[in-house]
Amino acid sequence: MDVRLINPFINSTINVLETMAFITVNAGKPYVKTDNLATGDVSGVLGLTGVANGTIAVTFEKECILKVVSNMFGETMSELNHEIADAVGELTNMISGQARRELEEIGKVFKAAIPSVVMGNNHSIVHYTDGPKIAIPFSTNAGEFTIEVCFER
Amino acid sequence: MDTSIKVLIVDDFATMRRILKNILKQLGFRNLVEADDGTSAWEILEGQTIDLIISDWNMPKMTGLELLKKVRASDTYKKTPFLMVTAEAQKQNVIEAVQAGVSNYVVKPFTAEAISDKLEKILR
Repeated sequence: MDVRLINPFINSTINVLETMAFITVNAGKPYVKTDNLATGDVSGVLGLTGVANGTIAVTFEKECILKVVSNMFGETMSELNHEIADAVGELTNMISGQARRELEEIGKVFKAAIPSVVMGNNHSIVHYTDGPKIAIPFSTNAGEFTIEVCFER
Repeated sequence: MDTSIKVLIVDDFATMRRILKNILKQLGFRNLVEADDGTSAWEILEGQTIDLIISDWNMPKMTGLELLKKVRASDTYKKTPFLMVTAEAQKQNVIEAVQAGVSNYVVKPFTAEAISDKLEKILR
């Protein structure tokens, strides 16, 4: 996979979370993920088409997403529900949008589908292509989340 | 800035409608209506008078760009301020929106100040 496809997603994730949820985000070391098991409790998944086909997924631990959405709404959210699912979809959408703008600057133009959201313990993330799944863990003072980027070989 | 006007917020994500409503309320706007796609938005526009439209781009049924074109082709709304708030900010998107007559453009993610600044510009 072209590594230049990865950094824009890291940059956009940090910016989206810091701008919309006022949360400081620290990126960990990327690794190749070998299974489909989500690393958290709720995931947003979005397909991309263009110079390469692929998907991105954003998976949050429960405590982390509750804090993120509480900050976005200015009120305390205490359970995983349809409001949280909707917020994860919109966060995934924004992360994709900003990353695609950065990718366009290096000549790589992508279009995005409308995201889907999966919730629950031990849920799976199905990427639409069979390329390597690059996972980037992030830490916040409210918990952890992970993004996965997968483009066709 | 006249905050007594009626504002239509259009976004398929309830999250974004809620965030925008919170920001608008903080700015003093009270007369807020919402729709979850362009088709629903158009039904509202046909049924009542709206003074400002704030719309997402990427929505099912009718996109924000399609809604903008319909609004600009309408005698009633051809001059109504239309703010596009969207994650779709690739160059071609911006060009298409400007050509279709968008009043201004805010890229997600955004701050409350960014929304306030754009509204000050298009409502003065």
